[in-house]
Amino acid sequence: MDILRFITAGSVDDGKSTLIGRLLYDTNQIYIDQLEAIESSGRVNEDGQVDLSLLTDGLKAEREQGITIDVAYKYFSTPKRKFIIADAPGHIQYTRNMVTGASNSNLSIILVDARNGVQEQTRRHSIISSLLGIPHLVICINKMDLVGFDENVYNQIVEDYKQFAASKLAAKDITFIPISALRGDNVVDRSENMPWYEGPNLLEHLEKVPVSNDFNLDDARFPVQYVIRPHTHEHHDYRGYAGKIISGTYSKGDKITVLPSGQTSTIKSVELGGKELEEAFAPMSVVLQLEDDVDISRGDVIVKQEENLDVSKEFEALVCWMNNKPLRAGAKLLLRHNSTETRAVVRQIQYKVDVNSLDNIMDADQVQLNDICRVQIKTATPLLLDKYENNRANGGFILIDETSFTTVGAGMVESITHESELNYMI
Amino acid sequence: MNKRYLDYLDQLEAEAIHIMREVAGQFQKPALLFSGGKDSITLVRLAEKAFRPGKFPFPLVHIDTGHNFPEAIQYRDELAERLGEKLIVRNVEDTIKKQNLSEPTGRYASRNGLQTYTLLESIEEFGFDCCIGGARRDEEKARAKERIFSVRDEFGQWDPKRQRPELWNTYNGRISLGENVRAFPISNWTELDVWNYIKREEIVLPNIYFTHERECLIRDGKLMATSDFIYRDPEDEIVTRKIRFRTVGDMTCTAAVESVAYDIDTVIAEIIESKISERGATRIDDKLSETAMEDRKKGGYF
Ligand SMILES: Nc1nc2c(ncn2[C@@H]2O[C@H](COP(=O)(O)OP(=O)(O)OP(=O)(O)O)[C@@H](O)[C@H]2O)c(=O)[nH]1
Ligand SMILES: [Mg+2]
Repeated sequence: MDILRFITAGSVDDGKSTLIGRLLYDTNQIYIDQLEAIESSGRVNEDGQVDLSLLTDGLKAEREQGITIDVAYKYFSTPKRKFIIADAPGHIQYTRNMVTGASNSNLSIILVDARNGVQEQTRRHSIISSLLGIPHLVICINKMDLVGFDENVYNQIVEDYKQFAASKLAAKDITFIPISALRGDNVVDRSENMPWYEGPNLLEHLEKVPVSNDFNLDDARFPVQYVIRPHTHEHHDYRGYAGKIISGTYSKGDKITVLPSGQTSTIKSVELGGKELEEAFAPMSVVLQLEDDVDISRGDVIVKQEENLDVSKEFEALVCWMNNKPLRAGAKLLLRHNSTETRAVVRQIQYKVDVNSLDNIMDADQVQLNDICRVQIKTATPLLLDKYENNRANGGFILIDETSFTTVGAGMVESITHESELNYMI
Repeated sequence: MNKRYLDYLDQLEAEAIHIMREVAGQFQKPALLFSGGKDSITLVRLAEKAFRPGKFPFPLVHIDTGHNFPEAIQYRDELAERLGEKLIVRNVEDTIKKQNLSEPTGRYASRNGLQTYTLLESIEEFGFDCCIGGARRDEEKARAKERIFSVRDEFGQWDPKRQRPELWNTYNGRISLGENVRAFPISNWTELDVWNYIKREEIVLPNIYFTHERECLIRDGKLMATSDFIYRDPEDEIVTRKIRFRTVGDMTCTAAVESVAYDIDTVIAEIIESKISERGATRIDDKLSETAMEDRKKGGYF
């Protein structure tokens, strides 16, 4: 059995939480006591049904206001798959929480209220999903019950969305489904109200979407998290490098290079739980032992020799800014990339994305909360980076405020400046 | 099927090991909160996978209410002994004396809430900057919202409105003096995932997780093991039933379920059939109000 991680996104009140409640309810994955708890809260909708959004809106403030504030994670499984769902808030003020949920998803469900069509938040969440490299998008046109299950309304919204997607989204796999989250049409059961729709219902689609090729198995990247040195009699000379293979594969006998130092060696063994493995691959957490005594510590990355890689201190990236204080050129921040933390400076803000017009605003001197921008960054220590579009696991980084230590930015590498080019530029 | 395919349990395991190693790499003085229950027993197995043949980079810490199942305490001591890892036990009893707290009384009297005081005291005593816990997001609706690295203020309080964004598998463990972090490696596991893992790993559990006859009293329709610690009414109905525990915590707030499940397979079959959630079936502290868990977490609870 495999795992599909997905997020529900879209504008405020488009029915994200209700949809998840419906998915859980119609697959019989809600326990009686949980159902009783929401029934006894007394909140019902117009039809007198219990309000299923209460299953995920678990915070006091959320229940009082009837909105989602922070991501809720829910779990369910069918004989085909285990699902991990992140229910995101639609409100623009809580975009950073949506970004949190989206970052680990392989699929994004974007809800659109059939009465309102594509909104600013629909576009923002779609763009964020696309920037974060989520390979599969499902656009659910919801509340079809409120537009008389009208095929024309559906077709118009699909057209509008396709037009927007063609100009701005990288995601290749986009599916459209007309639903009513409230009544359950096309969620787990086929809708009898929309015979004109011939595609799969939502659950069928979620069970079928391929996830196996979402990991990059080509570029071997092993950031060392921790060095195991038992110093016991039995394991006197043992030195194991513990970490997660974030992409690629590793086997005994592979010739490796340690970055940024450039030292080389050969893999003596690949271990998991004390057992040797023939081969390990992403996303496994393992221990590597090397043939030679090399100096390796947390933050170093073990790569394969044939890859001929380079580390760099300068690169360009797209950043989702998630702090109330605006970002300005020249800002000094901490940057965490996998197991490495270093100081960084934002040398230049190249442009800001306007999610309404979809234009790039070129002369942006500051970036506000929830803005998406492209920046040029320089770090104090060299990093082994990949372009995010080539390797999601090694192309993302976070920015941390130097005094409050809160996470203020999510970055995705777009291009890397190498030493040789730097010299050339001088 | 692709040869390089990782089954869901292996994926969950890899994620949990990664989180534990991040804790070891990012913090000066971490600790693993060990309760003797199946979730923390699972954490210990994951720590073995993360750090063997080395030692754990943290001690096991048990906040003991003094009202635990003797079977769980015995298991705890034997486990620490067998692993050769350091076990620190701090007693709620001592905190009550030292801080002059009043012992809860009445029908629902439990020291469960007082654990927070002892935990904060221990964090201060040892200077722990990160405590690893076995909480899962599927347990409860407030937990469903918590980050994997959850920052707590000086008073151990969780502020759901000020949670840091948490991107990919990049965890930000930077904190200011006085703050600390709670890290939850099995956040994404469900009750059933934990049992399937226990089965796969052939982990031996305390026998109270399996069916046995026990004297219980019936409180609000739930079966509570009789003990010296539990409040008794003269009219309490006392029964002897075949039961097991679905969660193992303090005896005063952990209810039993009627069960004939005698091994891991029969327990798994029972959970799949169950119509009641783990906490709903076994905890009486959550029932006291609609947002009981959120309130306790804001107050510094695990
Ligand atoms: N008629 C109708 N109402 C719906 C449908 N889906 C959701 N609603 C209603 O729309 C309102 C908002 O639903 P929620 O599920 O809370 O919306 P949300 O998208 O999660 O909102 P935020 O998380 O706050 O952005 C509720 O009153 C729902 O009952 C639908 O298919 N048909
Ligand atoms: Mg919602």
